[in-house]
Amino acid sequence: MSQPDLEAALREGFPDAEIAIEDLAGDGDHYKARIVSAAFKGLPRVRQHQLVYAALKGKMGGELHALALETSAPS
Amino acid sequence: MTDTTEANPVHDWIAKSVAENPVILFMKGVPEQPQCGFSAVSVQILDHLGVDFVGVDVLQSDALRQGIKTFSDWPTIPQLYVKGEFVGGSDIIREMFQSGELKTLLEEQGLLAA
Repeated sequence: MSQPDLEAALREGFPDAEIAIEDLAGDGDHYKARIVSAAFKGLPRVRQHQLVYAALKGKMGGELHALALETSAPS
Repeated sequence: MTDTTEANPVHDWIAKSVAENPVILFMKGVPEQPQCGFSAVSVQILDHLGVDFVGVDVLQSDALRQGIKTFSDWPTIPQLYVKGEFVGGSDIIREMFQSGELKTLLEEQGLLAA
């Protein structure tokens, strides 16, 4: 999955978010994403990450092998 | 976690396993020889904390590898369960370890001496 595609999918899922993506291996398959969104407020981390996976509509674990996530709500 | 009304023998097996084992890690490979970097890091953290845990190698069964994903509603391996509750995958395990939350959780559950 290309970085622009990944960013577009995350933007669509979290329109308000501050999103920073890093390509960890330079192979278009291992990314790290930092997402700061009000959607995460008050949710445990598992729920926060599940929201991100839902926004990626099944691509995670498939065409996207590795996505390290750092999620938080704006302070 | 997910659909428990629909009969799914793999889900039943997973439910039983997480109920019977206080700390259980669904991983690729076995704790002595993890087959994936994310699983290896998770094992290292649990070993470092000194907690007893059971590792389940999902590579032994494709049904299990898919079943754990739908059971937890989580797309990746590894997955850590403590006292029947899904804690998270490798990012969450690492973050909770670094912040000290994982140790606190295990202590509160009586799985590590405080």
